[in-house]
Amino acid sequence: MPADSTTANSTPTDSTVDGSGRGVTGPAGLIGVKPVVGVAKPDPIVVADGVVRRFGGVTAVNVDHVEFQRGAITALIGPNGAGKTTFFNLLTCFDQPQEGDWSFNGESLKGVAPHVVARRGLIRTFQLTKVLTKLTVIENMRLGATGQRGEKFLPSLFRGGWKHQEAANTERADDLLVRFKMDHMREQFAGQLSGGQRKLLEMARALMTEPELIMLDEPMAGVNPALKQSLLEHVKSLRDEGRSVIFVEHDMDMVFDISDWVVVMAEGRVIAEGTPEQVGQNRAVIDAYLGSHHDSELDGVIHGEVPDHEIGVISGKPVLEIVADDEEST
Amino acid sequence: MDWSQILTDTLSASVGALAIVYVLAAQGLNVHYGYTGLFNFGQAGFMAVGAYGVAIVSAPESAGGFGLSLWVGAVAAVGAAVVLALLMGIPTLRLRGDYLAIVTIAVSEIIRLVLRSEWSDENLGTGGNSGINGFARPFYENNLLRHIPGKSARVFNATRYEFGPLQYSGRELWVMAVGWFVVLCFAVLTFLLMRSPWGRVLRSIRENEDAVRSLGKNVQSYKMQALVLGGVMGAAGGVILAIFQNLALPDDFVTRTTFLAYAALILGGAARVGGPIIGGIIWYTLFSFMNNLVTQLKSAGAFPEGVKANAGQLPFVFLGIALMLLVVFRPQGIFGDRKEVELDAR
Repeated sequence: MPADSTTANSTPTDSTVDGSGRGVTGPAGLIGVKPVVGVAKPDPIVVADGVVRRFGGVTAVNVDHVEFQRGAITALIGPNGAGKTTFFNLLTCFDQPQEGDWSFNGESLKGVAPHVVARRGLIRTFQLTKVLTKLTVIENMRLGATGQRGEKFLPSLFRGGWKHQEAANTERADDLLVRFKMDHMREQFAGQLSGGQRKLLEMARALMTEPELIMLDEPMAGVNPALKQSLLEHVKSLRDEGRSVIFVEHDMDMVFDISDWVVVMAEGRVIAEGTPEQVGQNRAVIDAYLGSHHDSELDGVIHGEVPDHEIGVISGKPVLEIVADDEEST
Repeated sequence: MDWSQILTDTLSASVGALAIVYVLAAQGLNVHYGYTGLFNFGQAGFMAVGAYGVAIVSAPESAGGFGLSLWVGAVAAVGAAVVLALLMGIPTLRLRGDYLAIVTIAVSEIIRLVLRSEWSDENLGTGGNSGINGFARPFYENNLLRHIPGKSARVFNATRYEFGPLQYSGRELWVMAVGWFVVLCFAVLTFLLMRSPWGRVLRSIRENEDAVRSLGKNVQSYKMQALVLGGVMGAAGGVILAIFQNLALPDDFVTRTTFLAYAALILGGAARVGGPIIGGIIWYTLFSFMNNLVTQLKSAGAFPEGVKANAGQLPFVFLGIALMLLVVFRPQGIFGDRKEVELDAR
């Protein structure tokens, strides 16, 4: 798939090198950007170029060029097996691609250790939540704080050296717990929380690091409808604080409700991008992602008109991944 | 059957020098496995480099050693444990937990087999399978406890002292005094570390290292620090053993030693500072009770001919059963929190 970046007003590589000459930040910058694959953004925070990841003979990710706008909420959608989570792992250096380069704030992340990526301000959450089950909720939160003096071997022995910092971190953690309505669970083990509460805790813990960009891998998976609404508000409030958000999601309501920009992947490639409305009208997306008979409901399935692989994505959350969520906690 | 003898021997052993060795090894495993989740099955290797470190450095030159003081020997033992942890950790800490278990168990056996080989006897002065002896004499000559009754070191070391049902030689009392002091030091160190944010990172790595990595912590570095710290504790156990026996013997460091230390840890409760201490004491009490009982039964002719030759293995059979019952009915050990253990089953 050729990257159609020639239509953009600047070449993709030089737009973020030193931060000067940045375009308009946030959702406003996306107004008028052409909905073509690989289009340059006025102020990109993450740029990926020619990223290829193969597992044996299978090419899981093959992204020619894509940019993510700073200060905006970008959704990454696509059918199961499209390579969204693999692409997430590559961008955050939890996995290494065979080819390609990608950058955060203009600095290449190629070959960088995942914890260094996190320290630079790019924090991710996981599709299968990774809360620390035998630590209490508040201890989970405290772990997120960065630059802790007490996390060094020798200074940790002397409580006087870190207790003020610890108190300040605890205060910040408590504020976040209140904001996420989890303060009543402060002293419970994280392992006692439900799947949805774990998602909330993971997001709150990620915020303890004060990230510039937060990447959420299926934040809505396994979350009950009541919690969903408040999670949506939390994600929006991240953008309002000036943070950038990229999220993978199957829940189309969420995608259309909160995202400023949508990137669509299928079979490892980016097949479309644009505002939610533009993507919703894109023929390639409707065919490849929703299925060409997406509005024919079950009649089509019953009469054999819809191929099997297109069933199940229409309703949002595929059943299989709810099962996977439960497996994580055993 | 002399029950009073069994009782005296058992109670004396419960806080004796050998119990200290297991307590120290178990405290090291507590740091590795209990707090950090590292499956180190090669603690015997750390104990071995500790024992041989002090033995080789402190043995007289005539016996193939360096003839340096025991202080230097103890520092060398710790240094050897640090080097071993680094050598073992750099290639293996990237691996998933069970691979680390395989590698560590192999490393500890390699160490033991090399130490007892003729090659290392000729080149390193390890004494082959009969080990190194006679290096700890200065330790007993400087027995500070002799000043309490005001005797010479030679007389004090050889005298037996009774404390209620407990009986010790002056020699063992001195090892116990030094040994329990070392246990106390490491317990305080562990307590201070584990209540701090440093300890929180270790416990978090145990739960999920990718989560810790995603929050910007250098997981490899923390695992290495934990491996070194726990390894040094194991080496300290090896030093105490070598000094108490005045002998560094390769076959004291078979893999069984590691598993016995694990048994002490699980009995006491992992991820608690007091777990390995109380666990080690209770475990060693049971172990020596079974040993003493079997010895007495043997001399009383209680075993049929076919069993008699292998009766020495019976204590391990009973300990195995006891361990199974423990894991079924009290998986958290003595100090653990059952709620924590049950979280794994959710």
